[in-house]
Amino acid sequence: MKTIPHLPALRLGEPYQSLNHSEVIDYRDGTIRATLSQVNPGVIRRDLKNISSARAALQKFTSTELLDICRKAGDAFLNDNLPVGNDGLGQGPQQYIETLSSTSGLPHIMVRKNMEKIHFALSNMSTILNGLTRGLDLEVLDRGYGEQSGSPVCFHPTTKALGLVMPSNSPAVNSLWLPAIPLKIPVIMKPGKDEPWTPYRLMQAFISAGCPAEAFGFYPTDHEGAADILRLCDRALIFGDKSTTDQYAGNPGVQVHGPGFSKILIGDDEIENWEDYLDVMVSSISENGGRSCINASAIIVPKYAREIADALGKRLGPIKPMPVDDPSALLSGFANPKMADWIDSAIDSDLEITGAYEATAPHRDGPRLVKAEGGTYLRPTIVACDSIDHPLANREFLCPYASVVEVPQIEMLDKIGPTLVVSAITKSESFKNELLLDSRIERLNVGPIPTMKISWDQPHEGNLFEFLYKRRSIGMAA
Amino acid sequence: MVNEKQITEAAEQLDHHVAEIINWHFSEKTGSSFWLNWAKEQSWNPLEEVHTFGDLCAKFPYFEDGWLRDLPNEVWVPKAYAGRPFNIFETGGTTGMPKQRIGWDDFRSDYTEFSKTLNDEHFPRDHYWMMVGPTGPRRLRLAIEHLANERGCSCYFVDLDPRWVKRLIATQQFDQARAYMDHVVDQALTILKHRQVSALFTTPKLLEALADRRDLVKAGIKGVFCGGTTMDKQYARFLTEEVCEDGKIGFVPTYGNTLMGLARHRPFGPENDYSIAYYAPQPRAVLRVVNSKGEPVEYDQWGRVELTTLTKEFFMPKFLERDEAIRRKPWSEAPWDGVAEIRPFGAMEKKIVEGVY
Repeated sequence: MKTIPHLPALRLGEPYQSLNHSEVIDYRDGTIRATLSQVNPGVIRRDLKNISSARAALQKFTSTELLDICRKAGDAFLNDNLPVGNDGLGQGPQQYIETLSSTSGLPHIMVRKNMEKIHFALSNMSTILNGLTRGLDLEVLDRGYGEQSGSPVCFHPTTKALGLVMPSNSPAVNSLWLPAIPLKIPVIMKPGKDEPWTPYRLMQAFISAGCPAEAFGFYPTDHEGAADILRLCDRALIFGDKSTTDQYAGNPGVQVHGPGFSKILIGDDEIENWEDYLDVMVSSISENGGRSCINASAIIVPKYAREIADALGKRLGPIKPMPVDDPSALLSGFANPKMADWIDSAIDSDLEITGAYEATAPHRDGPRLVKAEGGTYLRPTIVACDSIDHPLANREFLCPYASVVEVPQIEMLDKIGPTLVVSAITKSESFKNELLLDSRIERLNVGPIPTMKISWDQPHEGNLFEFLYKRRSIGMAA
Repeated sequence: MVNEKQITEAAEQLDHHVAEIINWHFSEKTGSSFWLNWAKEQSWNPLEEVHTFGDLCAKFPYFEDGWLRDLPNEVWVPKAYAGRPFNIFETGGTTGMPKQRIGWDDFRSDYTEFSKTLNDEHFPRDHYWMMVGPTGPRRLRLAIEHLANERGCSCYFVDLDPRWVKRLIATQQFDQARAYMDHVVDQALTILKHRQVSALFTTPKLLEALADRRDLVKAGIKGVFCGGTTMDKQYARFLTEEVCEDGKIGFVPTYGNTLMGLARHRPFGPENDYSIAYYAPQPRAVLRVVNSKGEPVEYDQWGRVELTTLTKEFFMPKFLERDEAIRRKPWSEAPWDGVAEIRPFGAMEKKIVEGVY
């Protein structure tokens, strides 16, 4: 009989088997793929009282040593057999891919791509930190003070730990917290319910690479535990929907990663060439199963919305679920089929409101919601909207979904609202300047660049260094 | 190990006690007007047909908690107690009328009996206790003071209004709930700072909150007597191992309420995965774990908790508690069924507001 791994909590690196277990199940047939030690919130509160020791353990290393550990951890994450659970079980990369796929619904190829992204991030951590710190010599962090561009600088940490309430939608989101380790800040994490695998494997990779285990808190827990992580870590990241975003808006200690509402904008000057940019639109909408906040969820154009929607419908409509191990698989199954039901009915219900039609439907052989390959899937959906005010014009769903909306270029920036990534297809200097001045765009791609294309050396959603460190003025007697 | 003889003797004692209590409550000389009138409306006579606990379970319907809300308190006064002012104790009441139980000496009897189960090492005699929890109209407040007095101790009190906490949580005012809890804990810590206290009665969550802010061992606490909200196995383990520092503070969980009295726990620990089983103060009260037909479930199976209270002051047959539990086998110190891992009834299906009490 195959042993089902049990993932213990990691209490500042120490495995802890709780008497309460939760189950991580296969999205297709509900079989148990792992059990998790579910800890009561008091465990987290108690450990946070001792967090100074975790920070002290990281402080013993220089930044250079920690960067070296990151490189080794990246290799271990990508290639090694790493402990999974507390019964001496190991997990190789292929097992990791298969297991994560079975609980998250991501096809193997997407897990592999996410894995490579994480590996890239760990292997290029010095570049990432260079981007986050704008070229700060990391010895400044080792000493606490130094010089940058000829001026004295001094940085102090804003917290003893980085709290993390993680999602289950995509493994690569873990790359967001990775810089905390070379920045010498321990992490206290509640993993996503269906995706404990990536953070656990990452922590094991770090430990195997020589990072002190104390730097890692891994606490499967309940809502109260998650709230305590956010409340008691002076700095924390949370991932969630708009209600989560709203709940923590204005809390400087909590950085919320919610929906991205990422968009492609085509300027007046390039709209006649829209067909040349279909590939960019298709990949922006559908890469990574359409699950990322950097996937485009709206195409904003000055004209030809219907034509573009129909062309996208023709390209995306026929895409259907494939076996998880098929390298051409483009769609992800839903770990929670009720979520798929909800999305499907929300789209249908809003399509009944005048001013929108689904452009994918004529090119799809069957309904949007399908049971296939043993799981539940949502097939790509493109909706042409007459107005940006239509309820489906600025929405984000956990599947390849986008609206195509006509908005005069002069009104675009006023109407798009907060947007994580804008890919603006224009050569117009004046439009470019307007875009550069807009404060609601987190990352701007100018030209036919997919929204999924981000730069590791430029933070696109909050700067972790600025979140975890604060500059102060310093004077030293000679 | 419990033996069959002990179990049989306890069952016989219970049957004997049931007969005595039925005779008391259904006798014109001693019974209460409620039960005398109730009996007149039945087609059977409890005095003739109920001689054992089995008879009681077979003949009586479930006790209706509305009776304790809607009827005047006087109807529950046994004639033998007529003319003696009674205490009025309440339970529930987060919204609407609470249930009320009247009483005279039962709480003293229950807690005098319970005192015998506490050891002097963790609950030293002739010292000071502190109760941090619901006082007000609850039996618990007088009961804890009596228990402390019984052991030669005096008791400080910090009140907590659980009805308010439940309202705050039900309306998602979590900040207010936390602020109120901090207010309660602040007061308790002030007492601990200025007075010598060796024993605490509190709820699990308040205990944890106190320990978050003060090293209870260093504060001189030797024993904690704890009850009120659900303690699953993990939580019991956490409180034992970490909050009470693995025995440095004696941890005595209890299950009790205004209607029953106090059920003691069977020793627990890693050997039984911290599953806490409670045993009613039989024969004064009996706990069963029953299925939807009112029949006892098999041992180690889940069911709803049913309470029967059998004292001369109060007779309450087959009251379905708002809790579910696992039925456990008799224990040598309480050779009757126990109830373990108590949690709100339906806790697995819906979210229950428990608050800090």
